[in-house]
Amino acid sequence: MSAPAAAGGRPRPDGLPRPSDALTGTPHDPDRRGYYGQMGGRWLPEALVAALDEISDAYAKARTDPEFLRELDRLAETYAGRPSPISDAARLTEHVGGARILLKREDLNHTGSHKINNVLGQALLTKKMGKPRVIAETGAGQHGVATATAAALLGLDCTIYMGRVDTDRQALNVARMRLLGATVVPVDTGSATLKDAINEAFRDWVANVENTAYIFGTAAGPHPFPLLVRDLQRIIGAEARVQVPALTGRLPDAVVACVGGGSNAIGAFHAFIDDPAVRLVGAEAAGDGVDTGRHAATITGGSVGVLHGARSFLLQDKDGQVLESHSISAGLDYPGVGPEHSHLADIGRAEYVPITDAEAMDALALLARTEGIIPAIESAHAVAAALPLAKELGPDGIVLINLSGRGDKDTETAMKWFHLDDPAEPDQPAKPERPESPERPPETSAPTAAAAGNGENR
Amino acid sequence: MSGNASAPTTSSASAGTAGVPVPGTAGRLGGMFSELRAAGRAGLVGYLPAGYPDLPRSQRLLRTMIESGCDLVEVGASFSDPVLDGPVVARAQHQALRGGTRLPEVLRTVEAVTSAGGRAVVMSYFNPIIAYGQDAFARDLAAAGGSGVITPDLIVDEAETWLAATESADIDPIFLVAPSSPAERIALTAGAGRGFLYAAAVMGVTGARDSVSSVAPELVARCRQVTTLPIGVGLGVRNGAQAAEIAAFADAVIVGSAFVARAGLEDRAAAEAAIAELATELADGIAGAASDDQETPA
Repeated sequence: MSAPAAAGGRPRPDGLPRPSDALTGTPHDPDRRGYYGQMGGRWLPEALVAALDEISDAYAKARTDPEFLRELDRLAETYAGRPSPISDAARLTEHVGGARILLKREDLNHTGSHKINNVLGQALLTKKMGKPRVIAETGAGQHGVATATAAALLGLDCTIYMGRVDTDRQALNVARMRLLGATVVPVDTGSATLKDAINEAFRDWVANVENTAYIFGTAAGPHPFPLLVRDLQRIIGAEARVQVPALTGRLPDAVVACVGGGSNAIGAFHAFIDDPAVRLVGAEAAGDGVDTGRHAATITGGSVGVLHGARSFLLQDKDGQVLESHSISAGLDYPGVGPEHSHLADIGRAEYVPITDAEAMDALALLARTEGIIPAIESAHAVAAALPLAKELGPDGIVLINLSGRGDKDTETAMKWFHLDDPAEPDQPAKPERPESPERPPETSAPTAAAAGNGENR
Repeated sequence: MSGNASAPTTSSASAGTAGVPVPGTAGRLGGMFSELRAAGRAGLVGYLPAGYPDLPRSQRLLRTMIESGCDLVEVGASFSDPVLDGPVVARAQHQALRGGTRLPEVLRTVEAVTSAGGRAVVMSYFNPIIAYGQDAFARDLAAAGGSGVITPDLIVDEAETWLAATESADIDPIFLVAPSSPAERIALTAGAGRGFLYAAAVMGVTGARDSVSSVAPELVARCRQVTTLPIGVGLGVRNGAQAAEIAAFADAVIVGSAFVARAGLEDRAAAEAAIAELATELADGIAGAASDDQETPA
């Protein structure tokens, strides 16, 4: 799919593909029942099957509908700001002393992350299906903001479900969503984080499926969401696969992205799946460390089960009860992961590495100081995973990091983590001390709502 | 919500069974439905999570439900992420989990019911069953005297292993259909299930509702066009009048949240009395419907 076919219009003068070019079928599409190898499917109530079929049908039509494709491309370019550039991270490269590090700048998209790629497509699909209302779950708030944005743009009623722990630690994004006209519903059940927001969104959807589309935020959930979201994010890798050779003369040796549910990662990986020389590396959130049990590294530390509509890796106890995940990054704080990542891990095509809170925050500070880019804490996990890889590959190597989002929303968390508000310490150490300090941000200690709610998972 | 049955994308396809209902497989619960048919009335099915409010009390309350008029109880297995349940049942499940109730305790609860002469099925989300082992769970449930398992988040398309497990253990796999299910999916689901077909009569989560949705009779009628399997109707029933209304067109009336809410009463004796009273009221309503209307569907 290297030749931009310009399904949505004239070829771009720079030769880059458009989002519509990334919606074509591939050999890596799931089977008819939504399976990627042993992963995926539809593990959810019968009541939602008709709605999922409706989305599958609408997407199958949209994939070849010139009007839909043109509109998607138009919004991507004139509204979201695509294509996103590649930045040559020269000072970071020098600091690490290994491979040349490149950044795919999804943080420069409108709303500040890759999430807009997905929601513009799904919101357009919602219009095609004639539904006036959208709902979505959100963790860090990035998907919620993106959905509220697309809903405002296209005149859709919008309700966002967000765990209470996350509305507290991402208050800025809650305000943004409300400014955009969305209703934000804090969710207090269970661990009061992303998984519970998804539960609540499913409950809303079952009751209102006639007039409501569920804009799923990541490449997980029941078929066709993992396919739909992946395809709408494939533009990331599709652009990069043209941009990197244009800059360096060849493909990268590795593509690194953070993995919560996994949408930015699958979007970045997909164009390179058939390039066996390109390593695909997913950075999972290891929280306090996988061995502490307080983490969100689903593939590294989980086992296969069914949650939120798909068979895939998940964090669960021996009785099949889903465990609470822990990460300083709200967007990665999820005990599940998309089925295609589970499959890529299964067959060994992609590798998944755990990155602790501390490693991610160190990487965040490092990128800020060497490149003048404050990444989202989610994306900082990818940066952290790329550092040892760059060393390992050496100066002849090329590492592409998908910088999935910007860090404005995380300023408060970073302020607490690095004691940036401490007047006695105006000049911050590049390697701040680790956790046990009393000023440690509340989101890295046991979520109070979880303690008060249900501790059954422990 | 009381929305109309969303006419899904179905293009009026009826799975090649145009007008001819496919015989359902009676299963372990076949005897119960034969008896009910002979008595000319619908059955009463009550739900309570094992371990709510605690394990011994749930076992006692489930027996009370049977003694006070339930023909069958659904012993609820709890799950950390019960996406099809409203706040009352979801909270009860979380409490049961906090109290340590897992599938082994659910099986002991089934045994407590069946050893006292009652009939029981288990209602469980599917991931705990996968973790337990599908064959093992089916086998252990049969050994505990259970008749079947209702799996609210398992669609027949994903049930191959489960169907084999339940067949070899000789227990009934009981599936749900919804107002949004087109005829071909109802036929597919009824064809795979045994015992009865669970018709979730509203689009929405569990929880008592003030009025029986108008969708229920239509859904049951659509079910009867494609299967002879008995149809149980659930979601939202909370009093005798509603039970009577449903008993006029369904083979079983399923009541969950209303029992769960009463089981949670602080005072033990009050909870037990309230449960008994509700079961009696529901059973009376059903009996009344039977005498009003002898036309119980065969």
